[in-house]
This record gives sequence, C-alpha cells and structure tokens, in this order.
Amino acid sequence: MLKIRDLVVAYGGIEALKGISIDVPDGKIVTLIGANGAGKSTLLRTIIGLVKAGSGSVEYNGDKLTGLNSQQIVSKGLTLVPEGRRVFPNLTVLENLRIGAYMRNDEDGIQADIRKIYDTFPRLEERNWQMAGTLSGGEQQMLALGRALMCRPKLIMMDEPSLGLAPLVIREIFNIIRSINESGTTVLLVEQNANMALKVAHHAYVLETGRIKMEGSGKELLENEEIKEAYLGKKKK
Amino acid sequence: MNQNKRNIMLTLAALVVLFGAACFVQAEIDSYIRRIINLCMIYAIIGLSMNITNGFAGQFSLGQAGFMAIGAYMVGIFTVPVNLRGDVFYATPMNPLLVNIYFPLWLALILGGLLAAVVAGLIGTPVLRLRGDYLAIATLGFSEIIRIVITNAASVTNGALGIKNIPPLNDVRYIFLVTAISYIVISLLLNSSYGRAFKAIREDEIAAEAMGISLFYHKNLAFMVSAFFAGIGGGLYGALLGTVDPKNFLFTLTYNFLLIIVLGGMGSVTGSMFGAVLVTGGLEYLRLFDEPMEIMGVAIPLFRPGLRMVVFSILLMICVLFWRHGIMGTNELTWEKILHFVRHPLDGFRKKGVQGK
Repeated sequence: MLKIRDLVVAYGGIEALKGISIDVPDGKIVTLIGANGAGKSTLLRTIIGLVKAGSGSVEYNGDKLTGLNSQQIVSKGLTLVPEGRRVFPNLTVLENLRIGAYMRNDEDGIQADIRKIYDTFPRLEERNWQMAGTLSGGEQQMLALGRALMCRPKLIMMDEPSLGLAPLVIREIFNIIRSINESGTTVLLVEQNANMALKVAHHAYVLETGRIKMEGSGKELLENEEIKEAYLGKKKK
Repeated sequence: MNQNKRNIMLTLAALVVLFGAACFVQAEIDSYIRRIINLCMIYAIIGLSMNITNGFAGQFSLGQAGFMAIGAYMVGIFTVPVNLRGDVFYATPMNPLLVNIYFPLWLALILGGLLAAVVAGLIGTPVLRLRGDYLAIATLGFSEIIRIVITNAASVTNGALGIKNIPPLNDVRYIFLVTAISYIVISLLLNSSYGRAFKAIREDEIAAEAMGISLFYHKNLAFMVSAFFAGIGGGLYGALLGTVDPKNFLFTLTYNFLLIIVLGGMGSVTGSMFGAVLVTGGLEYLRLFDEPMEIMGVAIPLFRPGLRMVVFSILLMICVLFWRHGIMGTNELTWEKILHFVRHPLDGFRKKGVQGK
C-alpha cells in the first residue's frame, strides 16, 4: 500500500503541496477531490517521479519512492493515467498499448493482455489500426486506461479521467474503473467530478490549496453538508 | 509469424536482386552515373541517420554535418597511403604519432562512426535537455565547433587545405552493401521496443516518462546511433570525393538531409530512401536548366547557371504545400502494400489503400 507523509512540493518558491498525509490501502479505490489548483495533479506527478518532492516521504509497500526516477517507480507496479489522456496521437491504438507494456519482456503475456484489453474495450479493437489522435475523447480515455493496464500495475493512478467527456461516457469510464478495482488493482483517483468520484470511492480526501481539509469514506463525504455545498453544487437547507 | 518469414525472404531476395543490379551498374555504366547513384545511397544513409533523431525520436537536431565531418576525416587521415602523406601534409607536417598508421577503408568507416557516436554522447548529455528550436540551435553550433576544431588541428587534419589523395571509391557494390547494412540495422532498431520508445518520446514526453521510458537514455541513444551512421555516411562521402576539406562540411550541408527527410517523410525509413533519391537525382537531372537553351534558334534568356536551384526550390515549395507530411508521412512501404498492389492494382483508385501491418 501507498503511504504518504507530510509531503511538501514546491514549484520555484510556490508551495503546491503544504504537507500532505494520505494512505491508499491495497485493493481499494481512494479518491482525491478538490478544485483547480488544489494540488491534485502535483500529488500524482510527485508519486510517479515526474516532479521532485521538497520534503516528506512517499512509501510503497515499505519502499521509499521519493528520490527514485519514473522508470524505477513504474517497475514497482505503479502507473499514471495522465490528465487530459495524453495518448500518443500519431501512433496506432495497438502501438499505444504496446508502449504501455514497455517495461515488460514477456511477449506471450503482452499478447494475452492486449487480448484482455480488447475484450474490456471492444471499441479499441475495432480501431486497432487507427491513429490514436483520431479517436473520440471517450475512446482516447479508454485507450489511456488500457495503455496503463498494459504494465500490469498493482496501483493505478488516474488524473481526472472524466475531463471533457459526456455524462454517459463518464458513467461508462467509472464502471470500468470499478471493474478494474474488482479485478484486484488498487486505484488512486483524482477528480473534479466529485459526485461520481465519491460514489465509487472506498475512502476519500478533500484537498484544498495544498492541504488535506477533510477525509472519510465516500459515502460520508457525499452526505457532508460542506462538501455538498462546495463540490456537489447543492445548497444547504 | 508466417507473414514475418515471408517478409524476410522477400527482403533478402530484393537485396540480392539489387546487389546484382549494383554489380551490373558497376561493370556497364559510365562513372558519372555511378557517382550519382553512389551519392544517392550515401545521402540515403545520412538521411536515415537524421530521421532517427528528427523523425522518430522527435528531437530537432541539426548536427549532421559535424558528425559527417568526423567520419570523413577519419577516412581522410588514415586511408591515405603512407608514402603519399608527405604530398598531402606539405604545409604542416603530419603528427609523427599518426604518420605511419594506416587503416583499410572499412575499419576507418567503423572507427569514424564510433568516434562520431562518442562525440554525440558527450554533446548529447547537456544538449538533449533542450527542446525544439533551442536544441536545433545548440546542435547546429556544435556541428560548427567540430568543423572549426578540424580546421585548426592542422597537424592531424591538414587544416584548411584539406586532405587529398584518398584512394577514390566509386564502387557501387561497396557503397550498396554499406547502405543495405545500415538500412537493415536502422530498421531493426526502429522496429524494436527502442523504436517504440523513440516514437513515444516524439509524441508526448510526459506520457512516455509516465510509462517508464527513460527520456535521457533514449534521447542519447537515438542521438548516438544517428551520429554513428552520419559518421559512416560522411566517411563514404569523403572516400567518394577522394578529398576532404572543412568547407565541405559547412552547416548548409545539413539542410540537404533535412530536405531529404522532410520530403521523404519524417518518421519513415523508406521515405528517407525515396527522399534521398529524389533530392540527389533531382538536383542532377535539373542541370539542364543551368545550361543555355535554344528553342528554334532563339536563346531563352533565363537559362543560365543558378536557374536549377530556382526551379528546384519551386518544386520543393509545391511538394511541401501539397504533401505536408512528405511523400510517405510516417508510413512505410511494406511488402503487404506492394503485394496488395500487385494483386489488385486498381484498388488504390477505388478506395483508400490497405491497412498495412
């Protein structure tokens, strides 16, 4: 499991994270909600090693992740679905998936996993040879998810998977997230779509300008008055 | 799997046929045409090498002329017969450590490539952190530095006088073999997981890094392999010309290869081959514009030296306007496409081609 303690991250002189502590237990969906600029993406980028931590620690199953580079972290079984999908636009769907399996060498296992992903996302198989940039937003999000699954992660981190998608597609994506979790992968989800995120989450944190403001089970936070007002758009009665 | 085996067989057969053609050309065709064919092949090697960094790894590097110079000088310094070196180094005597060292051409080519790769490794470590235009300017600068160093290291390189008396190589078979080997090695590299990593970096550095791809390692690798083949191509270029001179390796030389890969398609191996033939062959063919022309006894006034480049530039502009991604884009000419065309030659006119492998 992932354990974050007193993590501080600064860009230049500006602290984006001001001492954050989070636990992500094995096999659960943990979600982080917060407004723009709360530091959600920064947190994920720090965990995966794209951004250096100022102080504090990130531990995964007892191994320290702070100070390691992305390759070392990915090889430990963590992966990130970046914000805005970031599929490789001029490569085919299949090539995108194969790059996801970059850290692996077992050709048979890779083929089997591609099969599995095509079974989960039949749309991707239909578009096997299409350039990823020509897919629709929802399909691209599916591809980004599939690509991340190709490295057989134990912990998958998703940065706003609902960004720019239609409500129906968002529902589909969240169903998939749930089924990924049910097959044994831990999920750390960062979202602005608080309603959907809290519904699937086992545990949730609320992040506000670099600090954890609140935590609880998804259900608790859904019913919390403050959260309702600030993130779910429902007025206090 | 079966398809793979068939493709390998077809490729080998094509190489044998082409080698046969090269032997025929060597025996039957006059040396001017042979020289053009050789130049096409050498430019293809260097175009390919440049495509590794610029087309596949997406790093806009303009250092090719410098790496070529390293390869060419390796050939120039070590393949001149020892008894002729006094004639070459008449102004500044050659460094006594080097004066008796002689390498055969193949060894000089490989060493030239390796030295270019080492230099690229040293340059790449600081420079490849830069992106886009900044990288282009930095590599351009380094290519000039290499040239200036060569101009000033007179006891090794004979300075601005250049090195003459290189045993001339106008052998289509030899250059064909080097080209074929380079083509095969580069294709294998680009179709491996390394090639996939290069393309991922080209498409999106952050996503690539999040997949566990090391940017530093792969950018450096692409840069060094590119320099290696540029060095080999430069060595052949020196051997083909029979002389090397720092002025041959001005940064403007790099633009020839930029032209080849843009025209052929950034990110297409077969595209670079077409581009090289088109640019080199086209420039030769257009020479008729440089000569005075008379139609029915009237001299047309514009036909004079220089018109060739005007016409060539106009053709280029037309190409870039209508085929913005070059002839091939990022596609390859695969055996699947060729076989499909042979079996159903009219399909291409009815619907959009096949989905290649």
